[in-house]
Amino acid sequence: MSPVLAGVLQLLALIAALALAYRPLGDYMAKVYSSDKHLRVEKWIYKGIGANPNTEMRWPAYLRGVLAFSAVSVLFLYLLQRLQGSLPGSLGFKAIDPDQAFNTAASFAANTNWQSYYGEQAMGHVVQTGGLAVQNFVSAAVGIAVAVALVRGFARSRTGELGNFWADLVRGVVRILIPISVIGAIVLVACGAIQNFSGIHEVGQFMGGEQQWNGGAVASQEVIKELGTNGGGYFNANSAHPFENPNPISNLFEIFLILVIPFALTRTFGKMVGSIKQGYAILATMATIWLGFIALMMWTEFHHGGPAFDLAGGAMEGKETRFGIGGSAIFSVSTTLTSTGAVNSFHSSNTGFGGGIDLLGMQLGEIAPGGTGSGLYGMLIMAIIAVFIAGLMVGRTPEYLGKKIGTREIKLAACYILVTPALVLGFTGASMAMDTPKNSMTNSGAHGFSEILYAFTSGANNNGSAFAGLNADTQWFNTTIGLAMLLGRFLPMVFVLALAGSLAEQKPIPKTAGTLRTEKPLFTGLLVGTIMIITGLTYFPALALGPLAEGLAS
Amino acid sequence: MNNSVGNTARLLGAGLRALLVLTVICGVIYPLAVTGVAQALFNDKANGSEIKDGGKVVGSELIGQRYDLPLKKGQETPEPDLKWFQPRPSNGLGTNSVNTQYKLILSGATNLAGDSGSMKKGDTEVCDPKAEEGLCAQVRAARDAVIKDNSTADFKVRPSDIPAEAVTSSGSGLDPHISPDYADLQAHRVAEKNGLDVKRVEQLVDDHTDGRILGFMGEPRVNVLKLNIALKHLVAEKG
Repeated sequence: MSPVLAGVLQLLALIAALALAYRPLGDYMAKVYSSDKHLRVEKWIYKGIGANPNTEMRWPAYLRGVLAFSAVSVLFLYLLQRLQGSLPGSLGFKAIDPDQAFNTAASFAANTNWQSYYGEQAMGHVVQTGGLAVQNFVSAAVGIAVAVALVRGFARSRTGELGNFWADLVRGVVRILIPISVIGAIVLVACGAIQNFSGIHEVGQFMGGEQQWNGGAVASQEVIKELGTNGGGYFNANSAHPFENPNPISNLFEIFLILVIPFALTRTFGKMVGSIKQGYAILATMATIWLGFIALMMWTEFHHGGPAFDLAGGAMEGKETRFGIGGSAIFSVSTTLTSTGAVNSFHSSNTGFGGGIDLLGMQLGEIAPGGTGSGLYGMLIMAIIAVFIAGLMVGRTPEYLGKKIGTREIKLAACYILVTPALVLGFTGASMAMDTPKNSMTNSGAHGFSEILYAFTSGANNNGSAFAGLNADTQWFNTTIGLAMLLGRFLPMVFVLALAGSLAEQKPIPKTAGTLRTEKPLFTGLLVGTIMIITGLTYFPALALGPLAEGLAS
Repeated sequence: MNNSVGNTARLLGAGLRALLVLTVICGVIYPLAVTGVAQALFNDKANGSEIKDGGKVVGSELIGQRYDLPLKKGQETPEPDLKWFQPRPSNGLGTNSVNTQYKLILSGATNLAGDSGSMKKGDTEVCDPKAEEGLCAQVRAARDAVIKDNSTADFKVRPSDIPAEAVTSSGSGLDPHISPDYADLQAHRVAEKNGLDVKRVEQLVDDHTDGRILGFMGEPRVNVLKLNIALKHLVAEKG
């Protein structure tokens, strides 16, 4: 069997698994966020928090909850790293420097998991398992909560109430993320991922001498790293490390974990707004872009354009033998089209076009299918823009799901889509204009520019993957990327929740013959086009200087 | 004013309590429970899939090793011990610089671009034959070494026979596998150095080739450590 055919079959198996999980998981999540019953363990947690889970919140209150929880998370994680040297269970690892500790704290609380440190030599058990892995759960749950609040904005009318943030946060963790993680972690261990607390110890070698290994709670962190679309690896090599991703089955399983919640949330959305078909239209949009990108990535990586790859006879640099080109290409696209950023191959050593596909995937705003929660709300914002454009074409007031898209709504949607490009292009421009940041590049020319463009694209879009040739552990990059991650995560949430509030206050408009049918394939086509055009117009000049220049030269 | 400060403090207090409670669940109970189950059900795998030979641990099935000769005086990089099957290059591996009480291997890739060390020839980029740095130089050096090391009296390696993974570094730098093609290519040299029959060594490679799982997952591969252990036994049998 040829590697191309094997790659295609792996893709088909993945699609089949996702299709099987779509309905049960989507329906289950709709039930979780609609039910008014509390589990006993949840009641204990609410008592601990001191919050009444039955209080309905309007959007400012919901937002305050999100921001307060996230601010505390950043601070807690910062202190944990700064105090690492004095904490027990730190394996003798020292305190992290202030700029890097800020960067890492911002990164994990913002669901980005950009890493300017080497996991193996910087973080002990306490920070990894008690700090970073915890944020993998809660930052994902915060993302889903905000998406659910927006969905409620569409589903409810004449109220302005969006649910209770603490209840949504706790339910996301307790009823969705923890159960899947427990099962998933055991599956990964069965494949060979490690799960122990043996710390750093010596193991014999074939030729004599010894090698030192880090032992740790790897499988339990790996599973939520993918499931929560986080991406921060226990080890520097991330999911390319055999202890994180030991064989081809674990590889496909990890890709499945990355995609399963973001795709299934479209079913949850359809259920909650009372029209499964509206969910299918959003799903079709996401799936079209995802499949298109995988096809392009497979083509360019198997075709291996690039001088060094021609010489080697294949683009295997930065890729593992057990995954090959196919398993690496599917992972690479899935991680950059969600907000994951875990890698099983190193994107900097992709072909010129391959690196460009990774970049473009993030620049779409990570909505196909996107991060847990953030993918759905990002896509719904794009749907509002698409409806607005369609409305302009026929001269009708745009509406979506029975809600009028007026001046206030479109202003908020426009602000949302302007935040990340402003951060990405602003910081990239500033880095290129200054003298020292460029010293961090490993490669020169177009690829060097791509390294910096990639870093800010990844940060502001909360992805976390890297053209890792860039030495990002400098004060400039730690600080600016840290800011880009925080602003790129929480400013959009402000606009999403404000939008949700204003939608929930409206009274529904009855459907007429003139209503745009947003559940039809025509709308899916319009939505794909809108996404491509908006992203293209925003980023084309920057892409032309980086990956396109590199790809066209070879 | 006082009221809003009080509200903010109350809200942050709730946030902190929520984080602490969830830290107990996600950061203590969950990892400990998973570790307990993993250690009970998959003890060997949860601890790194160690391989023993002659009662001694010689590494992990999952972690690649180097099979080099001891460093000679004045040498900076050791030479490969050609008696043994050789793994992929691992130019992206690092050594720890922060926590220097340990000699940790830092997993990682080179992150070099496909056009590093290239030059313009007409309208296209090609590898600069004189490049001393960049991916072009690394691939060329690795390819020359593969040809030199593996050509024996009656077996000449052609550049087109060398699989891509033999001359490139993996993502982790710890790739435990090589492709069956690369193992076959090394069989002639390994047989010669160990005084074995080529057919016998090729048979050994076949026996240690893992196909795609269920016929389509992943790529065919050979675990270098397991292969070398089997080779060691074969040499010992021959006496």
